[in-house]
Amino acid sequence: MGEVLIYGIVNGMIFVLMAVGFSFVYGISRLPNFAHGSIYVTTGFITWSFINNTGLPYWLSVILSLIIVFLAGVAIYQFVMIRVRGMPISEIIVSFAIALAILEGLRLQGIGGFKGFIGPGYVLPRFIDGMLETPWVTIDLQRLLIIAVGLLLLGFMWLFTHHNKIGLALRAMAQHERAALMLGINSDRMANIALGIGSTLAGLAAIVVMPLGNITCESGYTVLTNAIAVCIIGGLGSWVGTILGALILGLATTIMSAIGGTMWNNVLIFGLIILILILKPSGLFGQQKELQERV
Amino acid sequence: MEREERRKERLDRGIKARTEGLYAIASWREITYLLAPRASLIIGLLILPLVLPGLYWQRVLALAGVYALLALSFDFLAHRVGLVCIGGAFMMGIGGYISGGLNYYFGLPIALTIPIATLAGALICTLLWLPCLPLRGVYFAIITFMFPHLATSIIIAGGLLGSTEGLSPIKGFPNIWVGIYLILGLVLLTIFGLRRLCGEDIGVVFAGIKDNDQAVLASGVNITRVKIYALYIATLIGCFAGAFVAHFSGFVGVSLFALDFSVMPIAACIMGGPGTLAGPALGALILAPLSELLRGFGQLRVVLYCVILVVFILFKPEGLLSWVSRRYHQIERWVKV
Amino acid sequence: MEEQKETIIKVRNLSKSFGGVKALNNISFDLPKGEVLGVIGPNGSGKTTLVNTITGFVKPESGEVFFKNIKLTGLPPYKIADLGVARTFQVVRPFLSLRSFKNLIVPLWSPRARRFAGGRGGDRDAVAIDLLEEVGFERDAYVPYKFASALPLGYLKRLELARCLALRPEVIICDEVFSGLSMSEIASMVPLIERLQRRGVTIIMIEHRLRELFSVADKVIVLNFGEKLAEGKPDQVMQDEKVIRAYLGEEINL
Repeated sequence: MGEVLIYGIVNGMIFVLMAVGFSFVYGISRLPNFAHGSIYVTTGFITWSFINNTGLPYWLSVILSLIIVFLAGVAIYQFVMIRVRGMPISEIIVSFAIALAILEGLRLQGIGGFKGFIGPGYVLPRFIDGMLETPWVTIDLQRLLIIAVGLLLLGFMWLFTHHNKIGLALRAMAQHERAALMLGINSDRMANIALGIGSTLAGLAAIVVMPLGNITCESGYTVLTNAIAVCIIGGLGSWVGTILGALILGLATTIMSAIGGTMWNNVLIFGLIILILILKPSGLFGQQKELQERV
Repeated sequence: MEREERRKERLDRGIKARTEGLYAIASWREITYLLAPRASLIIGLLILPLVLPGLYWQRVLALAGVYALLALSFDFLAHRVGLVCIGGAFMMGIGGYISGGLNYYFGLPIALTIPIATLAGALICTLLWLPCLPLRGVYFAIITFMFPHLATSIIIAGGLLGSTEGLSPIKGFPNIWVGIYLILGLVLLTIFGLRRLCGEDIGVVFAGIKDNDQAVLASGVNITRVKIYALYIATLIGCFAGAFVAHFSGFVGVSLFALDFSVMPIAACIMGGPGTLAGPALGALILAPLSELLRGFGQLRVVLYCVILVVFILFKPEGLLSWVSRRYHQIERWVKV
Repeated sequence: MEEQKETIIKVRNLSKSFGGVKALNNISFDLPKGEVLGVIGPNGSGKTTLVNTITGFVKPESGEVFFKNIKLTGLPPYKIADLGVARTFQVVRPFLSLRSFKNLIVPLWSPRARRFAGGRGGDRDAVAIDLLEEVGFERDAYVPYKFASALPLGYLKRLELARCLALRPEVIICDEVFSGLSMSEIASMVPLIERLQRRGVTIIMIEHRLRELFSVADKVIVLNFGEKLAEGKPDQVMQDEKVIRAYLGEEINL
């Protein structure tokens, strides 16, 4: 019982980590970031390549990967998304195409000697090895690290958006773009930053969570689904909603894994999404207009 | 030194009285001018199966037809109603499994399985996607995209319906000509049908929803209900495509839920001419053989579709058909200012 | 005579805040059938929020709105329009990608319009052109066939009204329908409003142009910072000290 609880919380934190990047970007710039899952996986592979192919120390690889991914996010906005800004259908389609191109591109084999990333051999090392033994439950330190990182991240994001000039500007953009524009906030630059930060958050999630298992391309889709699930179930527009939604999902999937095995996780998540959509379409804690049609 | 200024001048071909898409026809020459491109495309399409070298390419043509149907379904929803639905593969799978399953488990003939699969499959898809309709475009898109994955997980995890091996053999068409002309006929029927639909009053309501949903709400129209109608129509098309493939290839399996069926129609649509309905079909006819040629390269195809998609959206958003049509109707030249 | 008119709209204790700003603070009023009510007040006083809450585009925090004893609060906007309460938008929202007369096909397609048309609905295009003529589009010119994106503001405002009329509403809420128009355009709109009133339509008008408004309004409500400052006949209300202070400010004692 205690095990389910603690693992549930860990899973909840994992959901939080996955969702934060997505909801951040969408909340700020109203740009759909399909590439969230792709960036997640890409970060994993880049870090792995740095460690294994160039032999850089772990911490350096992590930092470099995050920088690269930040730049990738900015590049995606600057070169592609900026041209379709304001046309919702095109935004969605283009974002989707980029995400898919990256994700499936990682699976390519044999094009010009590029061996694709397929197979179970890709593992990121853990930060901390070892387990914590308590009277109730045994848990590995990496998972505890995830909780710690998650909480730190949330705290940092909160501070950033409330006390840093750029963070405040981003919040202004999220609340009322026109007003922000009138105050001299450069919408494009903000969107650039938002997309960069969102990508970095995805990358960070990857680095912390991936050591628990393998790096696979499939996880790109899972991450996207999870992020969406958190946003829908928790509701957009409130940190509380995101956290609680993630916790609910975390606990639910842990219980499901304990009962039936991880194969049904996907189904469960979808079931929960549909359930919430039927019962309370704006999410458990969201403001109505965030999720639904623009009113 | 002064730089010469140039501007592009567009002149209508001096054939007619024309204003914003309405033509005043006054002679046989003008009728031919208008009919020729359309007729040649239609006749060309219908003749194509007869001139293709061999069974292999005929099968490719049929597959192109399937993709064309999916592209039409996507184009209709995205560019006529404003609903981006990336669930082509899901429609394929549902249609295919119902149709194949009815034949495999109950031995129903094709004449029954395909209609049932189309109607029932569309109903299922619409019902499943119903709760997601009020959501903003992004969420709807992502959820519809994930449904094929979900279905695959359920089928494999639950060991249902033949699991990874799929169901076979499924009864095929009496001969290949029936199959090919069925699908091609349906492509043409769908293009005409959808165009007709969009010309009706409900089509105006669709356009209104795409344009500006607040005003539609203020006009006393229940947007969600209208979207349901549109979704049902689109899923009819998609599920038919799935049912067709089940019988045409004699096999149903989780490969029906493949990514290809979701992504390629979108690429075909954007490349061919978003919103024109005929354009996406054209795009599919171009991309399908291309994808066949690249079959050996694995996931390269999907990446290719995505690249084509992005390139076209960024640099030629009007699509091929509109571009060709514009060149046909107007002469462009650079003129000194 | 006036006492016998039924109250068609009842607003009770309507309140709405956006973040920290209280846009509506306990607003209540009654509107008898067939009257023209003017709602005036400085910018930001909550007028458009009032319209949005009555017509369902915004959910109020507390309070209720009744239309012929049917509770409107909580209903979705299309349902409220379906019941017979139509509204225009302050910033006009036509269907820009459609032609002007096609703009009206959407409301004509709605269940309410279909109920009035009896069954199938008939030739909506013809009805649309008639409606446009009624609001002042020249019938024989090309104007009704122009795309809405090509129309100047005066025509767009009239298109908005036509959109409401297509629903055969019992109540029309006009949100600043005179704003942005030239004097002559307004002069041609006023008779339209009067014609509607003669037909028995109840009208609520949010306006800044007081002179034109007072020529049609039976009663006026003044809002300021979300509160109802005054209610009564136009000339009465303009004498009210609180109203003068709200519009013109306080006297400065130097």
